[in-house]
Amino acid sequence: MSSQLYLSGVNRSFDGFKAINNLSLIIEKGELHAVIGPNGAGKTTMMDIITGKTRPDSGEVFWNNDIDLTKVDEAGSARLGIGRKFQKPTVFETLTVEDNIALALKADRGVFATLFDRRSADQQAEIDRLLELVRLSADRDRMAADLSHGQKQWLEIGMLLAQDPELLLVDEPAAGMTDAETMRTAELLREIAGERSVVVVEHDMEFVKALNCKVTVLHQGSVLAEGSLEHVSANPEVVEVYLGR
Amino acid sequence: MLQRLIDRRMGFFLGALFVAVVLIPLGNLVIAGQPVPSYVVALLAKYLCYALLAVALDLVWGYCGILSLGHGAFFALGGYAMGMHLMREIGDRGVYANPDLPDFMVFLNWQELPWFWYGFDSFIFACLMVLLVPGLLAFVFGWFAFRSRVTGVYLSIITQAMTYALMLAFFRNEMGFGGNNGLTDFKDVLGFNLQSDATRSGLFVLAALALTAGLLISKFITTSKLGKVLIAIRDAESRTRFTGYRVEGYKLFVFVVSAMMAGVAGAIYTPIVGIINPGEFSPANSIEIVIWVALGGRGTLVGAAIGAIIVALAKTLLTGWFPEFWLFALGAMFILVTIYLPTGVLGKFEQIVKRKPKPATKEVTA
Amino acid sequence: MRKFLLTILFLLAALPLRAQSFEELLLQLPEGSYSDRAAVAAAIAATGDDRAAGVLEVLAEGNLHILKSDGSIVEIRDVNGDDIAFSALDGTEVGEIGRGDTDKIKVNNGLRRDLRALLGSMSLLNADPNKRAEAAQAVFKDGDPGQIELLDSAIAAETEAWVADLMQEARAVAVLNSDMDTEAKLAAVKVLADRGDQDAKGVLSQFANDEALALPIATALSQIERTQQLWQVGQNVWYGLSLGSVLLLAAIGLAITFGVMGVINMAHGELVMLGAYSTFFVQELIRNNAAWLFDYSLLIAAPVAFLVAGSVGIGIERGIVRHLYGRPLETLLATWGVSLILQQTVRSIFGPNNREVGNPEWMSGAFELGGLTITYGRMWILIFALVVFAGLMLLLKKTAMGLQMRAVTQNREMAANMGIRTGRVDALTFGLGAGIAGLAGVALSQIDNVSPNLGQSYIVDSFMVVVFGGAGNLWGALAGAFSLGVANKFLEPFTGAVLGKILVLVFIILFIQKRPRGLFALKGRAVEA
Repeated sequence: MSSQLYLSGVNRSFDGFKAINNLSLIIEKGELHAVIGPNGAGKTTMMDIITGKTRPDSGEVFWNNDIDLTKVDEAGSARLGIGRKFQKPTVFETLTVEDNIALALKADRGVFATLFDRRSADQQAEIDRLLELVRLSADRDRMAADLSHGQKQWLEIGMLLAQDPELLLVDEPAAGMTDAETMRTAELLREIAGERSVVVVEHDMEFVKALNCKVTVLHQGSVLAEGSLEHVSANPEVVEVYLGR
Repeated sequence: MLQRLIDRRMGFFLGALFVAVVLIPLGNLVIAGQPVPSYVVALLAKYLCYALLAVALDLVWGYCGILSLGHGAFFALGGYAMGMHLMREIGDRGVYANPDLPDFMVFLNWQELPWFWYGFDSFIFACLMVLLVPGLLAFVFGWFAFRSRVTGVYLSIITQAMTYALMLAFFRNEMGFGGNNGLTDFKDVLGFNLQSDATRSGLFVLAALALTAGLLISKFITTSKLGKVLIAIRDAESRTRFTGYRVEGYKLFVFVVSAMMAGVAGAIYTPIVGIINPGEFSPANSIEIVIWVALGGRGTLVGAAIGAIIVALAKTLLTGWFPEFWLFALGAMFILVTIYLPTGVLGKFEQIVKRKPKPATKEVTA
Repeated sequence: MRKFLLTILFLLAALPLRAQSFEELLLQLPEGSYSDRAAVAAAIAATGDDRAAGVLEVLAEGNLHILKSDGSIVEIRDVNGDDIAFSALDGTEVGEIGRGDTDKIKVNNGLRRDLRALLGSMSLLNADPNKRAEAAQAVFKDGDPGQIELLDSAIAAETEAWVADLMQEARAVAVLNSDMDTEAKLAAVKVLADRGDQDAKGVLSQFANDEALALPIATALSQIERTQQLWQVGQNVWYGLSLGSVLLLAAIGLAITFGVMGVINMAHGELVMLGAYSTFFVQELIRNNAAWLFDYSLLIAAPVAFLVAGSVGIGIERGIVRHLYGRPLETLLATWGVSLILQQTVRSIFGPNNREVGNPEWMSGAFELGGLTITYGRMWILIFALVVFAGLMLLLKKTAMGLQMRAVTQNREMAANMGIRTGRVDALTFGLGAGIAGLAGVALSQIDNVSPNLGQSYIVDSFMVVVFGGAGNLWGALAGAFSLGVANKFLEPFTGAVLGKILVLVFIILFIQKRPRGLFALKGRAVEA
């Protein structure tokens, strides 16, 4: 099976601080994969490198085995099929919910194509389907700014799905959600996986447990342990740096 | 399509503009006793140029969040391009009666026309330059700035530095644009005497048409999907990038369109006021444009035009009545509008008319 | 040789007791032969009396007379066509005299030469080193080969090295003018080449046609040119540092408000202007009430300006900026409004014209440092800028307020949670930045026109400094100010002042593309996000 994402020997430091230290990680196609680790373990920097926001100092990052992600910018990574969800829900606040989804919809992103774009019936149908999926059909004409925190999280997930990505990078999706919402989110991510690859960065152990997937523990910028949640939980080092606290 | 471009605001404004275009030349040229004096026609035409300039700035600031403090530079460049043509049209009617060189070059003992004046004999060429020169400057400047992600106040400050550098450059006699005095003493445009009432009214109508075109083009852009991308950039630039849009390309597009629009405004302004000089590049002028937009209502296009007209009118009246008071008024306007009127007079007015809080006009933090 | 003996005579006469007073010697002048007269003149010179040089000068010109009526010695001067006699003793006017009222004290060529030599040696051997240096300069200009012996003895007696150098140089000019051998002249060329200034160049080029000397002089001339270019570079660096100190003063307050609070204060230039007007106001008060304090006026004005600008700054922060936190562009616009109001207020009160702010004694004049000309005003401003900078650094690093300010810069929320009253810190920070703008105004009042537009002319430049140096970093402001100042002054000779400035602006605009957060940007994850 070919890999979706391949990181090998990646390094990145900021002013002498090694945020990523010889990190290697493989995400298989269709895999659901959780990344955990204490603050400062390099989780966000890792996502920045994958999405082209930050360039690594050294190391290899490949997409679908052959595309070098270190030469791609944020928009380029999105066009390749990497969708990223921020920790803090980030939506276009002064646009309507429907417009938020419409902008994310897979389409030609060129300036002039966008200028003369007219929405087709298919696209409208896709928007309606996604709004239904994230339960925001009734709020489609409201400004995104007026949504509740949880609704914004859902809207952002809807936007990600609208991009039709091959890989979703999801940063702490459960933050600020109620227990019920958390469980529903885990369920949704499990549904999405298979068809798409999903990487979830998370703190919340209950949530990771609910995902029931392969776990990678990051510590000081490199992989400390990998395997099932039970497997890594049993690792004394992991307990020392993270779980034990 | 028409519905998309002409909403209620736009309809009201264009309607009012149309009435003015009919009545004012009528009052100046046809009705006996000239109820509308010629100087008023010129003054109103000037306001319309300002309005177009304000719309241009609103396009980048109101929608895309780029606060340019250098839009006066694009306006002035358009003005200079037209001014150069008008200088050529003077021909041998200058003080020195030199058929080949403008007066100021004769005065500086220049022997021949500098290369960059070639072509300005042609009106068409000059019109092309009115669009190209500001457009090109905006393209080069924007290409550098947006690509390296200079944003916020940093961008504002370097746009200010840009117009300041141009002002210093145009003050130099060696530049070949008339130095301190700029370009002036124009006689006519396309054979029409600039002093005649008919030409003045003609320019007024032209300014109104340009403003209408500018508003409609801007409306087209902002109501398109691209317009929504611009707002998306303003709201969450990073999210827009991760959604797959190359933000710099969008910014560059709207910045160049806006600069060209400002150039057109300057080109019409020059024959109306009969002079273009380096003072137009001064940073203070460019900041004043911002208050027009802020006062009228950012991100409304029509509001920007109204704001420009209100401020320009206030300036004319106040500097006439109490010259000392004008800067106090302008300064207070800057302070009060930013603190108490974030949606501008248009936003406030509509809020009052609707008698209910506007839905979801979250404070736009550019 | 005679002159040399005369000098010896003079030196001998100078040392022993003053046998006779100036007055007595003066009366002896008309008596005896020319050689007697020379001896008396030498004795007069030896008295060291202040009047000696003047009297001998008059004698050499043939204007010293003896009044027949009372035998006193007078100087005859031509005043508007009338011959008027003045006492040689005290310079008082004796009155108009006719042709037969006096006898001229005669001089011949030999005596005249002796007198010239005496006069030269009097000044070359004067007790005051400055007078000696002056005399050496005079010989340098004159280049009289007759002075060589005198110079030799003066050099031998000289105790101050710098005066001796000047004498050597004067001697070199005299040697070149003399008919001495080529070897001596070559040595002279070398001395002048080492002097390496415009005057040396002038002298040397006069002799460039002399066949024997042509080559060494050409070498010397190019050596001088190199030295001069080096000094020119030094002078440009100095001008650049001077401009940089002004920029630093203007920008440093801006760097604080921008760095700590993320606030662009467009009224900063006007706060500088308020500082300048405070100086004007203080000086006016002093002029009218206590003129003797004038030399201290700047020292009094500095705290006043600091307080005036600082309190206006706190007012701006509490009244306006506070409502706009997190909206930097709105703050920029609102403070621009403030700047317009401040400008117009000052214009209404003080009028639109330039106001005259005087320079105290210690700010006026200039001195030479090698080939550099350094004006005191500029020098003090540079020192002042550095002192203000150092003071601010100390304040930030060593005081509780500084600690709080830095805490708020780095993490506003965290600082607030730890109980720092961020509102108060903001107000004080803004006030501090404004107060420093006021201090900048005091300095600027010394070198620029004090008018309501004063601030406008510095605002773009000071923004450039902050943007170039990197916001929120005082060292950045320091490096930015001085490098922009020096760059400006280095470009000026090639491009002219205006084009140089344009080039610097263009450079900064391009630089920002490369390093969007300036020279000394904080790096790291927090900033990249």
